[in-house]
Amino acid sequence: MSELSSLDNAQPLLVAEGLAKNYGRLAACRDVSFALYPGEVLAIVGESGSGKSTLLQLLSAQLAPSAGHVAYRMRDGVLRDLAELGEAERRFLFRTDWGFVHQDPAQGLRMGVSAGANVGERLMAVGWNHYGRIRDIASTWLERVEIDVGRIDDAPKTYSGGMRQRLQIARNLVTEPRLVFMDEPTGGLDVSVQARLLDLMRNLVSELGLAAIVVTHDLAVARLLSHRVMVMKGGRVIETGLTDQVLDDPREPYTQLLVSSILPP
Amino acid sequence: MTAMIELANAEKTFTMHLQGGVELPVVRGVSFHADPGECVVLSGPSGAGKSSILKMIFGNYRCDSGRIGIRHQGKVIDLATAEPRQVLSIRRSTIGYVSQFLRAVPRVATIDVVAEPLIVNGVTREEARERAGRLLRRLNIPERLWTLPPSTFSGGEQQRVNIARGFISDLPILLLDEPTASLDAANRAVVVELIAEKKTKGVAMVAIVHDDEIRHLIADRIVDVTSFAAAA
Repeated sequence: MSELSSLDNAQPLLVAEGLAKNYGRLAACRDVSFALYPGEVLAIVGESGSGKSTLLQLLSAQLAPSAGHVAYRMRDGVLRDLAELGEAERRFLFRTDWGFVHQDPAQGLRMGVSAGANVGERLMAVGWNHYGRIRDIASTWLERVEIDVGRIDDAPKTYSGGMRQRLQIARNLVTEPRLVFMDEPTGGLDVSVQARLLDLMRNLVSELGLAAIVVTHDLAVARLLSHRVMVMKGGRVIETGLTDQVLDDPREPYTQLLVSSILPP
Repeated sequence: MTAMIELANAEKTFTMHLQGGVELPVVRGVSFHADPGECVVLSGPSGAGKSSILKMIFGNYRCDSGRIGIRHQGKVIDLATAEPRQVLSIRRSTIGYVSQFLRAVPRVATIDVVAEPLIVNGVTREEARERAGRLLRRLNIPERLWTLPPSTFSGGEQQRVNIARGFISDLPILLLDEPTASLDAANRAVVVELIAEKKTKGVAMVAIVHDDEIRHLIADRIVDVTSFAAAA
């Protein structure tokens, strides 16, 4: 409910304007502009090499654009250009106000330390220091992502792929971010594990009123999670709109090809 | 206008790029309206574009030209040109859609599938489930099935879950795509009753029904879709 009421919010949370990234003569991403609103889930779809991961890195300030800007509305309500943020503000975004869910959980987790510490770390980074409270919150989050609390002291290297991915989500959400970036969050997981993860993410996003930008090549993921979709090809956004509209009534040749390539279950 | 829905010269063509760019005209010059408390039934043979028109009104098919006016929170919004955010807002608080098939989310219990549209609109989970249960009971879905996800149900049971989900909310517009297609006589009668109740509450409905008997029972007006056929 918070998700949808916040959709009525008139002020965008993140605004991209004319974003481009060139690697020498290769244009990995060109002229991308859009606005993302609080509580809105945007899927970026396209095949490998279409520029979707580059775009995600530009949007999350992990890569500097060759042209264009990304602006983000800080908690004080002011829209700020990411390129002009100070170090403290960047740190606040990365550690608190944003989450980043990687396709490979090993990139987003510390594989050798306990699950509880993985979740608690982001809290400690923002100044929590009461061990008991951190552990309580970590337990609550493990439950929310359906991990047996009995496994709290085990390191994620002893977890299955699906559990690792759920732990990575808990680690990201514990600081109550307003925006989560996800890069192929269900890639590399078994289909049955994917369904569970998707259902979990769908519920969390809606309960917490999160905005999210999800990169995926899987149109089923886009359909289940997102309100809006952008289709990328050759570094450009070739089609964009309401998710079911783009998937049920694709307009561009490439989008029609993508949609028609889905194998029926 | 006092109409809840007013279409004027709405038009839809599919361009099939994978088939060499073949243009497939679907409908043209679609003009009709639906007032509060009225059920307009679209008639015409299969392939005439009835479902396409419903999908255009719901916004999952784009409208190439013309106007689809929807009365939403006291204002008329043209769905043909609305922003995605507006369409989502319209779907949340104005237009409900009962499709022929349930698009089930894995793992979600039947009772929650039905309760969800209410919860999204701010009704407490408890009350939403209570109302969902009442509707499921009326539609003869046995209580022992309520906690199971509907994906394993029979076609008729899934359709009744879908109907319950569509009828539970208090939205002022309902689009019904063959709501009685795979139901037995008893359940068809329940759906006819539910439609009559929606009329007394002032809900505007646009429906597709193939069964002549049902059509006579629910239709206040019939719009013949063949007149909108887009002859290529």
